[in-house]
Order: sequence, then structure tokens, then C-alpha cells
Amino acid sequence: MDKWKDNKAWFLVIPVFILVAFSAIIPLMTVVNYSVQDIFGPDNRLFVGTEWFKEVLSDTRLHDALGRQLLFSGLVLLIEMPLGILIALMMPKKGWASSLSLVLIALPLLIPWNVIGTIWIIFTRPDIGLLGAAINGMGVAFDHTNSAGQAWITLMLMEVWHWTPLVALLAFAGLRSIPEAYFQAAKIDGASTWATFWYIQLPKMRGVLTIALLLRFMDSFLIYAEPFVLTGGGPGNSTTFLSIYLVKIAVGQFDLGPAAAFSLIYNLIVLLFCFSLYQVLLNVGKGEKTS
Amino acid sequence: MNLEWMAWTVPTATFFITIFLTLICMTIWQVLSPTTDRRGFLPISTTRGDRLFIGLLSSAYINLAWLGLTDMTIWISFVLGLVWMAIVMRWG
Repeated sequence: MDKWKDNKAWFLVIPVFILVAFSAIIPLMTVVNYSVQDIFGPDNRLFVGTEWFKEVLSDTRLHDALGRQLLFSGLVLLIEMPLGILIALMMPKKGWASSLSLVLIALPLLIPWNVIGTIWIIFTRPDIGLLGAAINGMGVAFDHTNSAGQAWITLMLMEVWHWTPLVALLAFAGLRSIPEAYFQAAKIDGASTWATFWYIQLPKMRGVLTIALLLRFMDSFLIYAEPFVLTGGGPGNSTTFLSIYLVKIAVGQFDLGPAAAFSLIYNLIVLLFCFSLYQVLLNVGKGEKTS
Repeated sequence: MNLEWMAWTVPTATFFITIFLTLICMTIWQVLSPTTDRRGFLPISTTRGDRLFIGLLSSAYINLAWLGLTDMTIWISFVLGLVWMAIVMRWG
């Protein structure tokens, strides 16, 4: 343990620590403070203990929003992960075509999130939108502002269009890092394309796919700007996800106490999911190595 | 430094001071005798810090479940959480 004593590099972490303290830790502490008080104004507040937590936990609208959120994240991951891997497998490996496809695929990632929402509002409008008008032209009545099902389909299409590129890029990076020797060995053994994918490419991509899965789960679980712009949580409450409901409480009704309690519970859910997913994926790898 | 905007209360301040003190103590403990991965009753092998995190997170859930499911005082689940933390730290 001589290494530990001389390890002054830890001091280099201090700037990041201070930055995180101001951008995350201090605001989080404030939220905790808010969650146990009734805030009437800057100088007028009342300690209420765990009342807000009780209220929020028994809120059926929150339960519904959580259910919708989980369903949305699950469905989106089920589509994005396989699709991203498929795209990465089909992309050209080298040359100008590879660079071109990388740039084209990365384009949706460069667009600000609320702009994505606006693009899809116009794109799916039944009167002038390219997609909306085309679907209506084929005789199918399509208007995502009227039908909950269609609002969901539109949102998921948008999410998949927006974020599959990230999975594809990560998977592509993982694929490119596999040494050529593996494929040569597979060829000599006469392995089929499927066997090469299942026994070489997929296991070798496990690291990047873990990152992709975690990132995509977190992002889709915390999604706000796109559904807010596209559907505003409607029609009715059909696309009111957790974050949209939270903002409705905090900004719409200015109920800072319940909103803070809600945020903390939201945060705990995210922490639990993140930790469990990370552990599961970490241990799947360990099992493979020893066997 | 004016911290009025953070709306501090005694219970939340106590909570955060305890957390920070715990972290400082864990750091000192780590320097004095570094932790090793070991396997307890939890399904994964953990270090001391892992067990602290798991204990804190699960205690939070115990308290939330208590609030959501019963009408009894939070102090019972608080004690339950502490006992659970001790169990996880020792045998987890």
C-alpha cells in the first residue's frame, strides 16, 4: 500500500468535486430541505415532517405516471438495442462510406431536444406534416393529439429515431475494436454469420452495450423535453411521464414541498435501477470468464 | 455566507452532517486499513463502501415503504433502517 501514501493525484479531482458540489450536491440538499417543509415564500415556511412523502406515495396519478414511464423505457429499449446493433453490423467497416454513414447516423444526436419535439410536431401534423398527411392520405385516420395510442406510437418513433444512433455508434465502436484474428479463426472453423455474431461480436460488445443500455435507460426514464413539446403529456394524461408530472406539480402548481418529495423518490428509483442494472451486467461477465 | 435560500431545518441538517461524517470516517478507515472484496449474504461481492451504499439505499426504501404502507411513526422504520444498515455492514 505504498502507492496510496504518495497518491497526490487525488488533489487534481478537487476542481471537479467543487463543480459537482455546486451543480448537484448543494441543489440536491436544498431539495431535501424543501421536501420536509411547506414553502409559502422565501421567508415563510413551515416544517411538516414526512407529510409530503406520505401524500406523494399515495398519489394514484404518480403511480400511473410511474407505470407509463416504465412501459415507455422498456418498449424503447426493446426496440433501440437490437436495432442499434443491427445498424452497427450493417455499416461499412472502412473507407469514405464508413465516415459518411457515421456522420449521417449521428445527425439526430446533434439536434437540441426541444427542437426534436418541434420537428416531430410538424412532421406528424395531419394537414401539412409529411408523415401525418401521408398516413391520412392512405386512408388511416392519424392525429396524435386525439388518440392516446397514436400519441404513444409517435413518441416512441421519435425516441427511437433520436437515440438509436447512439446505440449504433457505441456498438460500432465496440465492433471495430475486435481484433481481426477472431474473425479469421471463425472463418477457418467455418462458423456461420450467426455463430460469429453470437460467440464473438456480441460478447466482445458487452462493455459498450452495457454503457448503451444504462445510458438509454436513464435518458428514457428521465425524458422530458420531447414529450413536453410534442404531446404536453396528453391527450388526457396518456403520455404524462414522471418528469412531466413533476414539473406540473413544481412549476404549474408551485407546490415545492410535494414536488421535492416526489423528486427524491424519483431519484431513489433511478439510483436503484442504475445500481441493480450495473451489478447484473457486471456479474454476467464474471460468470462467462470463469466458465 | 447566507444559506437562508437553502431553507435548512434541524432534521435535514442533522441528516447531512451525519452523512458527511460517515463519509469522512469511512475515508479515514479506508486509509488506515484498506477494504477487500468479500462475499456475505448479499448476492454480490462487496467492499465496505458498496455495503454502505446498499445499506443507505435500502434503508431509504424501508422508510418509504413504512410511510406508504403504515400510519405508524417514522421512528420505528428509522430504527429498523439503522438495524438493517448494521446487518448489511457486518454480514452483507
